[in-house]
Amino acid sequence: MDAAPSGLTADTTTVAALAARDEATFARLVDHWASAMFRVARSHVSTDASAEEVVQDTWLAVLRGLDRFEGRSSLRTWVFRILVNTAKTRGVRERRTVPMSALAPAETGPTVDPDRFRDADDAYPGGWKVFPAPWPSPDHGVLGRDARTVVVEAIRELPDRQRAVVTLRDVHGFGPDEVCTMLDLSPGNQRVLLHRGRAAVRARLERHFGATARWGATP
Amino acid sequence: MTDSLTCAELVELVTDYLEGALEPAARRRFDEHLAVCLGCEDYLDQIRATIATAGRVTPDDLDPVARDRLLATFRDWAGSDPKV
Repeated sequence: MDAAPSGLTADTTTVAALAARDEATFARLVDHWASAMFRVARSHVSTDASAEEVVQDTWLAVLRGLDRFEGRSSLRTWVFRILVNTAKTRGVRERRTVPMSALAPAETGPTVDPDRFRDADDAYPGGWKVFPAPWPSPDHGVLGRDARTVVVEAIRELPDRQRAVVTLRDVHGFGPDEVCTMLDLSPGNQRVLLHRGRAAVRARLERHFGATARWGATP
Repeated sequence: MTDSLTCAELVELVTDYLEGALEPAARRRFDEHLAVCLGCEDYLDQIRATIATAGRVTPDDLDPVARDRLLATFRDWAGSDPKV
C-alpha cells in the first residue's frame, strides 16, 4: 500500500497534527487507509453497513486515544490493530460463525479448468492442450485501463475471503504477515486464498482478451 | 524424470513460487519446467500482469469510503473533546 506517512518521526508528526485538530492530516489518512480498513472489517462482520460502522468507531477510538500512541509500532499498525479488535468484538456480537481459519470445500480443487490439460492416457499427461493465448504487451508490466476495470469486477465477484486477501495483498500492497494477522489466517491458508483469487482474476482477464491461442501445444 | 512437473501441477504452484514458499527441490522442478514450456511461461507472466494491474486499481473503486461521514466524525471530535 502507499503508506504515505512512513517512519516513526513522520508518525509522531502526524499524531501531533491530529491532536492539534488538523483536518487535512486526518483526511489524508482516511484517503490512504479507510478503504483497506473497510475490507479488513468486512471479513470479520456480517454486512457492509456493519463494516462501515467499525471503520467509523475505529477512527473515533484512534482520535480519542491519540495520547496512548507511543510510537513503538507504526501508526498504521496501531490503527489497524484497533480496527481488528473493534471488528472482532462486533463480529462475535453478531455471532458470525464462519471461521476465517478453516478452508471451505469450495476453496479446494483446480484453479484452471482441467479440460485444458491432456488426459492421463495422453503421451504428455497434464500438459496444456492449447497454450494460453498471449495477452497484449503490458506497459511496464501493467495492463491498460479496460483491463483494470475487468480486474475490479473480478475482485468484486470473488468469495469474501479471497476478495479480502487479494484486495489487501495486491491492491493495497500489505505483506503476507500483516494480512494473516488482520484476517486471522494461517500463512498456508492465506496463500491458498491468494492463489485462488489471483487465478480467478486472471481467468476473467483471459476471457476479456479472448482465449483463442494464435498457436498452441497441439501438434 | 519421474518427478518432473506437469503443466496442470505447475499452475497450482505459481503462488507458492512467487511467494517464495516452495522447498528448494520443488522450486528447481518449477524452474526446470518453466525453462522448456512456453505455455507455462505465459501463464506465469499473465499472473504477474494480473498482480501488477491489481496494484494500479484505485482502492476506492473496490471499496468506496464514506469520506464525508468520517470527516464529520472528525469535526465532532475536534469540536467536543478537550485538546490533549
